[in-house]
Amino acid sequence: MALELDGKSYETDEEGYLLNLSDWNDQLAAEMAKADGAILDENHWEVLNFLRDYYEEYQIAPAVRVLTKAVGKKLGKDKGTSKYLYELFPYGPAKQACKYAGLPKPTGCV
Amino acid sequence: MASKKFLYINRKAPHGSIYAQESLEVVLIGAAFEQNVTLAFIDDGVYQLLQNQDTSGIGTKNFAPTFRALGDYDVSQIYVERESLELRGLSKDDLIPLTYEDEDDDWAEKDSIHVVSSLELADIIEQQDVILNF
Repeated sequence: MALELDGKSYETDEEGYLLNLSDWNDQLAAEMAKADGAILDENHWEVLNFLRDYYEEYQIAPAVRVLTKAVGKKLGKDKGTSKYLYELFPYGPAKQACKYAGLPKPTGCV
Repeated sequence: MASKKFLYINRKAPHGSIYAQESLEVVLIGAAFEQNVTLAFIDDGVYQLLQNQDTSGIGTKNFAPTFRALGDYDVSQIYVERESLELRGLSKDDLIPLTYEDEDDDWAEKDSIHVVSSLELADIIEQQDVILNF
């Protein structure tokens, strides 16, 4: 599969996750969200940037339980809850947010 | 689901085969499902935890930084066999520091790596429900 943007083509897997991490940019993230009927606001971006940093440091996309805990630690306790993250990413915070962040599907995610 | 005690024994050097990376992947999946997970590193497996690994020359992913995420996954019992380290001229100082936050001790940061003798490791193996060799 591939994602088209501004005449360029970006390879993805069958579920729409980017194959090449370095292809990622803000526009591409917004485009993927749009395809799901979502618009990214600053709260979404905060989580996406957090995930990019997490991947950079640990070379994995965290499982949702780990993500929730780590977000609470980094972005504040009120944001480290499943409720907050599911409101932002109703298809599942780890799964959906990782996709928009251009990361592989989280390990342990089925 | 009742929690079982899982032990993953890692015996192989990190980058010559897929075993080490696959093992780590399975460990993370098991831990995500809140199983009780223990890791042991023996023989060439101790090389998996070496600091400053660089795989750019062989074009594979350097997954060593992922070991540092184990604490986030509540994997805090990591045993390295002393004899295997010594035979290779290594000590704990050569290994990536791995820590976890202890929920029962006001989230104090604690060391996850324990260097143990092969006899002590035998005891640890004895206590497990499921043992997986990589």
